[in-house]
Amino acid sequence: MQAHQRMFDSTPEGLNSGESPLLRTIGLTKRYGDFLANDSIDIDIWPGQIHALLGENGAGKSTLVKAIYGLIQPSAGEIYWLGERIVLSGPSEARSRGIGMVFQHFSLFDNLTVAENVALGLDGRESFNDMSARLAQVSKTYGLPLDPRREVWQLSVGERQRIEIVRALMQDPKFLILDEPTAVLTPQESDQLFIVLERLKSEGRAILYISHKLEEVKRLCDTATILRGGRKVETCDPRRETAASLARMMVGGEIKEVKAAAGRTTTVPRLVVNDLSLAPGEAHGVRLAHISFELKGGEILGIAGVAGNGQDELFAALSGERLSKDPGTVVIEGIAAGHLSITQRRKLGAAFVPEERLGHGTAPRMKLSENALLTGHAASGMVHRGFIDTAATLKTVDRATETFDVRKAKRDPEAASLSGGNLQKFIVGREILRNPAVLVVSQPTWGVDAGAAAVIRQALLDLATAGAAVLVTSQDLDELAEIADRIAVMFHGRLSAPLAASEATREKLGLLMGGSMLEPKEAAHAVGA
Amino acid sequence: MQLVLEKRAERSGTIALVSPLIAVGLTIVTMVILFAILGKNPLLALHAYFIAPLTDGYSLQEIAVKATPLVMIAIGLSLCYLANAWNIGAEGQFLIGAVAGSWIAVRTQGTDAGAWVLPAMLVLAAAAGALYALIPAICKVKFGASEILTSLMLVYVADLFLDYLVRGPWRDPHGFNFPTTAEFDPVATVPLLIEGGRLHLGAIIALLVVAAAAILLGRTIKGFEIRVVGAAPRAARFGGFKADHLVILTFAVSGALAGLAGIIEVAGPVGHLQPGISPGYGFTAIIVAFLGRLNPLGILVAGLFLALTFIGGEQAQIAMKIPLDVTKVFQGILLFYVLACDSLILYRFRLVFPNRQVARGTR
Repeated sequence: MQAHQRMFDSTPEGLNSGESPLLRTIGLTKRYGDFLANDSIDIDIWPGQIHALLGENGAGKSTLVKAIYGLIQPSAGEIYWLGERIVLSGPSEARSRGIGMVFQHFSLFDNLTVAENVALGLDGRESFNDMSARLAQVSKTYGLPLDPRREVWQLSVGERQRIEIVRALMQDPKFLILDEPTAVLTPQESDQLFIVLERLKSEGRAILYISHKLEEVKRLCDTATILRGGRKVETCDPRRETAASLARMMVGGEIKEVKAAAGRTTTVPRLVVNDLSLAPGEAHGVRLAHISFELKGGEILGIAGVAGNGQDELFAALSGERLSKDPGTVVIEGIAAGHLSITQRRKLGAAFVPEERLGHGTAPRMKLSENALLTGHAASGMVHRGFIDTAATLKTVDRATETFDVRKAKRDPEAASLSGGNLQKFIVGREILRNPAVLVVSQPTWGVDAGAAAVIRQALLDLATAGAAVLVTSQDLDELAEIADRIAVMFHGRLSAPLAASEATREKLGLLMGGSMLEPKEAAHAVGA
Repeated sequence: MQLVLEKRAERSGTIALVSPLIAVGLTIVTMVILFAILGKNPLLALHAYFIAPLTDGYSLQEIAVKATPLVMIAIGLSLCYLANAWNIGAEGQFLIGAVAGSWIAVRTQGTDAGAWVLPAMLVLAAAAGALYALIPAICKVKFGASEILTSLMLVYVADLFLDYLVRGPWRDPHGFNFPTTAEFDPVATVPLLIEGGRLHLGAIIALLVVAAAAILLGRTIKGFEIRVVGAAPRAARFGGFKADHLVILTFAVSGALAGLAGIIEVAGPVGHLQPGISPGYGFTAIIVAFLGRLNPLGILVAGLFLALTFIGGEQAQIAMKIPLDVTKVFQGILLFYVLACDSLILYRFRLVFPNRQVARGTR
């Protein structure tokens, strides 16, 4: 090993100090067809540093870390680990060399216990009891409390992430990759995570921290590498940059600011939910309990909360993908609609934008005009006596394209061929062009580039200004702060009382997202029941 | 150098058209090898299979006669498959249709029943085929039973039921104990299109079915529902379409078409009800549906092509003593290649030279 470390002296870049980086990539390139996901990326990871990897969706962050973790083979370029050129056969080799990774999407079995899940990720050379003891010890050392005997489905998202982190730490990695770890955490949980990361750093481990939350990166990271369109734009010290300058490097230009029209007035209630309770539709789903709110025309209500606290179930109940036995639980435009199908609710003037663009909001392998028909068939004059008016569906595509700047290769391509941002603009546009009285939208800018996100948020604000009632579910607190008039928080299938946007500080919302301020209310319900 | 399969950004329209042809080409290459192994001259065998039947009028008519049930059944199956409902039991629905229609023919035999007999037979056959297909459909929707298994198993029930009828209650008393009904009366027979020929009215009905399916799938909201439910079930639910309803609908339509094909076959070319009225039309139609890319016009062409293999197989057996089962082998290989070539619509092959790229990457 020692001999190999000298190898770097012969590389053209050389080394400016006596020590070598833990990991170095030179000209790392990954090609998918004609598309360069990573184009000649050079990156150095030093021990004892937290290195941020910044970039918009599609900039190539995930591709880069997958190559470093051995999940994909680079098309070209080299990876050096402790000075030695390595070609990783897969993640298990990466792990055995000391590279760990915590994914954004957890790979846990819901029906197994914490300890069983951890055991599955290890090589199994130690007994289950030894492993459990070590698990308890690691989780105690790093302040990541976990009960090894609990089944995963009972745990919160934050706790599940702890399992992934502990699992990675049990292999004593020299280098840990974290993919957007705070995306699923409350502000307070994020703070706790940062303490753990600082501690890992002080132990001399290196961390590669993927994020697009710039304030977080400024606070936590020593170095930042910014990717854009598959290329490295810059490596800099984030503490010396401003959030705005980092954003400019990520986006490659200024981002349009979203502006709410002055003097928006609220009118009559257009969407009312009365004591909505719904049993989960699938195993380990969330039970909606006693949800009530009233949304007036001209108003945007934001629903915050950690993913998996019932937001999907609420969307299904509001859209009519799941029906409620009691019609009065969902009232659209003054008409009890809890028992009505999604088509009937659309006819009442409601429109819906689900979180998942491909496969839920659109049929991926169908043309945009057909996807316009998907939600427009009931109420937009696209169907006459059972026959489709193709001209009308194409007109919707053209209008959405023009109004919301949807970029595509031809007039009517398949939905799956559009980029995430452009497809989302089309989906939101498709619904807004129907002039809905009520728009229910889930994660409107999830995985969307900054330019498209600004267009979409502006469109939601304009729709509210025009008099519609807009309900936005989002995990992005900054987004809600930007557009919502009031913000409520979902936790364990319950919805908090909405706070006025001006009062909804990150701290307050964070506490609600963790469930703490709901306790007295829950108790009250228990007494009432 | 390595060969990689990579995803296309958008499905290739050209390949969608060409892929069945590639599949046919690959099948023929495989058959040449197979004929050579059997010790037959491959060129002569291919000639007997694919050229000879096209050279005389009788064989051409016979191709159209064989294609008629294949196309009608395959159109119905394509609706099921587009909607993600897997009806494998068209053979059974075909037989039940034949039985139900024959019931009227048998009951009115020798009476002075008028011209209503044939239309009534067609309607009853379609209804019976639809009802028979609804058994697996309802079992799927209500109990989650696999329609693949239930529809297939019902084929054997129908087959044995027909067998029982023609050996028992419906056997022709003057038929020398052969398991068959008496010849149907003229009013219970599908009229011929060419005097003294074989081509019958069923061919026209098959063309009408193709046209109706093309309009249904291409122009109507119901056709759109069928396609969305199969292509993206969750998006379909979001669109307000109910998958269960479409399972019922497409099974009923495909059962009706299979039943109609069954009675047309019995009241047309065969002329009476007997076992073995189908050389596996209901199963071959599955190949027709996929070879035609689940597209009505494609199915018309594919139906004629597979009819050609039936006729060619008979000719090859007579002329070259090639077993008739080779036709089934041919059809099976064809389905295999058709499904394999479909992946080229969404993927493409690409040669990559990793070494050269590394050299460039590091200068």
